[in-house]
Amino acid sequence: MILFSRTDNSLFGRWWWTVDRWLLGALGLLILFGGFLVTTASPAVAQRIGLDGSYFITRQFIILLPSILVMLGISLLPPRQILLLATAAFGVGIVAMVITLTNGMEIKGARRWISLPGFSLQPSEFVKPAFIVLNAWLLAHPAVRSLGLPKLLPVGLLALTVTLLLLQPDLGMTMVVSAVWLAQLFLAGLPLILVAIGGGLGIIGLIGAYFMFPHVSSRIDRFLNPEAGDSYQVDRALEAFQAGGLFGVGPGQGTVKETIPDSHADFIFAVAGEELGLIWCLALLVLIAFIVLRGFYRSGQGPTLFVTLAGSGLIVQFGLQALINIGSSLHLLPTKGMTLPFVSYGGSSLVAMGMGMGMLLALTRKRTHTP
Amino acid sequence: MSSFDPELPLDIPLSTAPRQRRAANTRPVPHAILARAQIRLVTLGAMFSAAMLIVALRLVDATLLQTPTAAQELAGPQEVGAVLVARADITDRNGEVLATSLPTQSLYADPAKLLDPVAAARALVQALPDLDYEDVLDKLASARRFVWVKRNLTPEEVYRVNALGQPGLEFLTEQTRIYPAGGSTVHVVGTTDVDNKGQGGVERGLNAQLASGGAPIQLSVDLRLQHLVEREITKAMKDFNAIGGSGLVMDLRNGELLAAVSLPDYEPAAIGKAPEDARFNRFALGSYELGSVMKIITSAAGLESGKMSLTTFYDASEPIRYGRFTINDFHPERRALSVPEIFTHSSNIGAARMALAMGIDFQKEFFCKLGLCGPLKLELPEVGTAQIPAKWSEISAMTISFGHGLSVTPLHMLRATAATLTGQLVQPTLVKHPEGYVPSFPHVVSDKVVGQMRRLMRANAVVGSGKSANIPGYFVGGKTGTAEKISGKRYNTNARLSSFIAAFPMHDPRYLIMVMVDEPKPNASSGGYATGGTVAAPVVGRIIAQMGPLYAIAPAAVDDPLIRQSLALEIRSRRDAIETY
Repeated sequence: MILFSRTDNSLFGRWWWTVDRWLLGALGLLILFGGFLVTTASPAVAQRIGLDGSYFITRQFIILLPSILVMLGISLLPPRQILLLATAAFGVGIVAMVITLTNGMEIKGARRWISLPGFSLQPSEFVKPAFIVLNAWLLAHPAVRSLGLPKLLPVGLLALTVTLLLLQPDLGMTMVVSAVWLAQLFLAGLPLILVAIGGGLGIIGLIGAYFMFPHVSSRIDRFLNPEAGDSYQVDRALEAFQAGGLFGVGPGQGTVKETIPDSHADFIFAVAGEELGLIWCLALLVLIAFIVLRGFYRSGQGPTLFVTLAGSGLIVQFGLQALINIGSSLHLLPTKGMTLPFVSYGGSSLVAMGMGMGMLLALTRKRTHTP
Repeated sequence: MSSFDPELPLDIPLSTAPRQRRAANTRPVPHAILARAQIRLVTLGAMFSAAMLIVALRLVDATLLQTPTAAQELAGPQEVGAVLVARADITDRNGEVLATSLPTQSLYADPAKLLDPVAAARALVQALPDLDYEDVLDKLASARRFVWVKRNLTPEEVYRVNALGQPGLEFLTEQTRIYPAGGSTVHVVGTTDVDNKGQGGVERGLNAQLASGGAPIQLSVDLRLQHLVEREITKAMKDFNAIGGSGLVMDLRNGELLAAVSLPDYEPAAIGKAPEDARFNRFALGSYELGSVMKIITSAAGLESGKMSLTTFYDASEPIRYGRFTINDFHPERRALSVPEIFTHSSNIGAARMALAMGIDFQKEFFCKLGLCGPLKLELPEVGTAQIPAKWSEISAMTISFGHGLSVTPLHMLRATAATLTGQLVQPTLVKHPEGYVPSFPHVVSDKVVGQMRRLMRANAVVGSGKSANIPGYFVGGKTGTAEKISGKRYNTNARLSSFIAAFPMHDPRYLIMVMVDEPKPNASSGGYATGGTVAAPVVGRIIAQMGPLYAIAPAAVDDPLIRQSLALEIRSRRDAIETY
């Protein structure tokens, strides 16, 4: 698959020969998979809430295009511009989140959305990758790595982001952001004892959330004791996997999407389970695992600590979201509103994921001075 | 963070271009830092891989290894899943179908497949107007994967439901039980529930055999005779404004019940709406103090005891007072009565004296030998047991002699009477014996007493209370009974059981008939009485009159000398010396 000659020194020529084509191909496959699943899963949801059957499909594909363009476009940028982009996105995102708190739309009890002409935007989705890149830069910066006050900068960065997220409230994203932050500190060389303490603080925070947010305690209670409460979505999801069996009931033939409210988003993996069966679901898991491990591998190549930290941070976010989404549809975790990257329906998530993966692709491009 | 290397440079590569513009800032990271990051990255990758493996295992578990609860639920009622051994038919003795199974469609819902339970419930109620909207909505909105909506739909109803085009509404082929004879045989045949399990009658008594399918079960009952008996008892119930009745016809040779009627009855298909009284079996389950018909057994016992003969007299000039009880006669003669007189006049005083004469222990032993102390065996779950006094005392012995203080079912009475007329404890059955099979029964009454009992029974139909059943040529013999029913702790003189038990032809008894009418009220035609003689005996007479042609029983010559001789009885009375008929 030679699109450009080895000697092509144009922007795209250099991009093609330096970008990680394995990662690029895997992401492309995942996007195809997602497009298919939203196509089959969403009409039922759309009709149920009184929209045209193809409403979500059209929107998903309309958004898929900018998402891919954003990903490819960003992947062209050199690392320094990635940092600039992240800084700008973070700044704008944080301001937007503040505005959201006062002027945002309230959906399902949380203020996460900001309404723009023609569409609505979830700024926190864009803050996520920006936060990760910015944190990586801080952790790799000599000033932070030396003794002194700047060392607290990553803590401040996290505190600012998490505070805004908790005010929405968006506990799922708080967890992801905190976990990525901790993973980045771990990679940056934080002593294991401190990592353990950080993990412990995270668990304490989770317990605190259990008591602070009623919807969190209800979800966890229902997870721990399904008999006690309404575990409707999870029950339907598990029935879907059962119905699918090894080979699935066939694309478009599933019925679970008719009964799960969030079948096009949080529970899209259950639709895959029913319609495509175990084999294709395992294939999807393998694909996600490949992207994560390949991302880790390429990030580990450096050549700088910033690239390693930023790349692996982005990949941790991707992998964590996938794990939480799939885990909750399999009743391994409490249900958590978390999208399956590139597969679930969701505009902001899709474009933001394009942005994150674009940054990853940009950072993991081969460089001549690779050690 | 003290372990961070302070010497680490700001290390963002400025360009991906092969040519470096600011070489000073693109120095590779010191080996140690990057190596540690790489090792930790491998750790992170391993953790992620482990988590992914758990998810994959859980996925395999959820798709392949989970017990398919939904599928189990879908299998629903196990009998339906096991389908479709057609439940065996039940026929009468001539092959007339009494119960058969038809395949029908039953509607169930899989609520998980329903798009909109409310819309589906609305549409369903319109298609099947007998359903209740709230009830249907409850079912359709439930979290189960299988709920019955309606069982056994007609083809038209199936069409209407299919026309709704609602996913999640499905049909299962089931069987429904049809009873062509309707209420006439319901107390014999019984019913099945919606899952085709026997709920009563032979359906329940022989459920296992019926459920395994195969050849029809042929009952002993003759549907023609069943209808006939039902019709005649119904008529009597109407004439005398009675609350119920029962009738039994038994073939004395083998115990086959040719008719077994309990009234009121009900349509098997409408069992849900049938009042409890209509569902009560009055011929095999209900135990009653049957009154004077019990004198058949008392007389047989007395004669069997050897303490008396047909010429023995007992004093019936005065009522017997015993503690707070007074035993009196309905038609007091106020004189000494011979044993045949006691039978034909139905003297309670005489019967009580006979009981004392034969001895309490002998009486009890004889009654029990004839099956009047214990439960009954029949192919029905609805069989009653005899209710005997806690202590068979002297007063019990006296009252039992004329049918009070001992409650038995009409079938008990039938079996005991059969024993006094054939000598054998005939076992009644509702299932037809194989062709040519002659069952043998234990011998319980001597031939001599059997001969005497036939004469007594015949005499009572000629000169006693059973005259109205004496159809010429059939040599009917029988005994009436009129018992006051207990209401609360007292006998109620206005609530009676009128019964008549008769056999014919008495010189060689073949058929034994018992009719009981529950709480008949006197009317003009009965001369102000509602007794066994005025209410039940005419019913038996009409049944016998119609059975003759039905079974092609040629009437014998009324003056056949041989027959007359075999049934001749000298009835002695002190006043008229000897009266022979």
